[in-house]
Amino acid sequence: MSNIPANLKYTKEHEWILVNGDGTVTVGITDHAQTALGDVTFVDLPKSGDTFGANDVFGTVESVKAASDLYCPVSGEIVATNDALNANPELVNSDPYGAAWMIKLKLSNPAEVDSLLDAAGYQASL
Amino acid sequence: MSDAPTQRTPLYDFHVRHGARMVPFAGWEMPVQYTAIIEEHMAVREKAGLFDVSHMGEARVTGPDAARFLDRVMTNSYAGLKVGMAKYTIMCQPDGGCVDDLIVYRLGEEEFLICLNAGNAPKDVAWLQEQSKGFNVTVADECKQWAQVALQGPLAEEILAKVTPVTLSGIKRFGFAVGSVAGVDGCIISRTGYTGSPGFEVYMPATGAEKVAEGIFVAGKDQGLKLAGLGCRDSLRLEACYPLYGHEISEKINPLQANLGWTIKFDKPTAFIGQTALLEQKAQGLSSKVIFFKLDDRRIARQGAPIYNGDVQVGEVLSGTLSPCLNKPIGSALVKVPDVEQPNLAVDIRGNRIPMIVVNEPFYK
Repeated sequence: MSNIPANLKYTKEHEWILVNGDGTVTVGITDHAQTALGDVTFVDLPKSGDTFGANDVFGTVESVKAASDLYCPVSGEIVATNDALNANPELVNSDPYGAAWMIKLKLSNPAEVDSLLDAAGYQASL
Repeated sequence: MSDAPTQRTPLYDFHVRHGARMVPFAGWEMPVQYTAIIEEHMAVREKAGLFDVSHMGEARVTGPDAARFLDRVMTNSYAGLKVGMAKYTIMCQPDGGCVDDLIVYRLGEEEFLICLNAGNAPKDVAWLQEQSKGFNVTVADECKQWAQVALQGPLAEEILAKVTPVTLSGIKRFGFAVGSVAGVDGCIISRTGYTGSPGFEVYMPATGAEKVAEGIFVAGKDQGLKLAGLGCRDSLRLEACYPLYGHEISEKINPLQANLGWTIKFDKPTAFIGQTALLEQKAQGLSSKVIFFKLDDRRIARQGAPIYNGDVQVGEVLSGTLSPCLNKPIGSALVKVPDVEQPNLAVDIRGNRIPMIVVNEPFYK
């Protein structure tokens, strides 16, 4: 069974979203996603200041087996990226909900958060 | 790919019991990993790993013309091979393209066992039977009778010795012996492998597969033996620069292009199928060649990624993975011949041009 924390929001594409309450969200990929990918070897992230629409590809996560696109769950502007993943991509496997956060995004349309899945909805989508 | 139902090896239950993740491969349901690819890879390099390779096929060639027949269909020579020894070879089409790459074991003066790639086994058996007309031989499909495991790594010999009375030190590289393993009689133990690490491949009657696999696993697990899946089988063979059918060799990529000239014996008394075409290519010069490369980057160049010399595409990637031993991406590519010598080849990965570092010896020896 994969770990699906109740305090997070989710997408069917296996991103998790932490709503920070200051108009920003933090995004990463789920435990289920990292298990399916296997050993993660590279994470390609955007730069601060880049803007994305909901469902746009914002990066790539690569494992020994395959490269997979990362989808932006909501629209907004990148305000921070996790540089630690450059040197230690394996954090995605060991701590997907913590040290392996990927981007922080300033929401351009906060209402989009309401359409994300909750933990039960994500569990049901697996 | 066909929609044919996937087959299961006799070790399917063994894999599920040991927590494998099963995936479809060449028409079979196979374990891609048990724990993690890199961990299993390093276990093979440093200690030992046990693979189920029962999806591989087998064919037996028997009869007074057996050696002469093999010299006709295979690029390597078998007439002079000693009983108890095996040889790697290519089986070519008339145009020189590869039907398959194989290991052929000499069981007796007039008896050979051929190990076939899983995805090619039906095609190979049909080809062998077709070509055997006019020779006094029988080609028998034994794919269902056999199961196969590979025990690979520096501790392989020590672990295998615990479960067999056969004197393993007497088996040379590419030699084999027949004996019992984990109480299962009639096993073929050969000092061969597809990882670049030392070790053995064990062929056993399909009914004895569980007993052999569990016996070896129990004998080795306290020494660090890990079950190893197809995921690390691919990264191990690529570190050793071994070809994989459908990647470095295929119906379109002949053995000369794949740097497998050492498997071709042009001076055999019996000319082999494909010999004329390969000799012509040799005289004319090859249009493209297989190279191996590494990248000073974190991105992996995957199969199909285009290769550039300046603005001109001159090739494409055939295989790519992360080398756990180098902790760098490695791969193979087919590159046009005038460009193959260029020092500034680059591979395009999702719009990024990454310089390729071409290597002339295996990443792992």
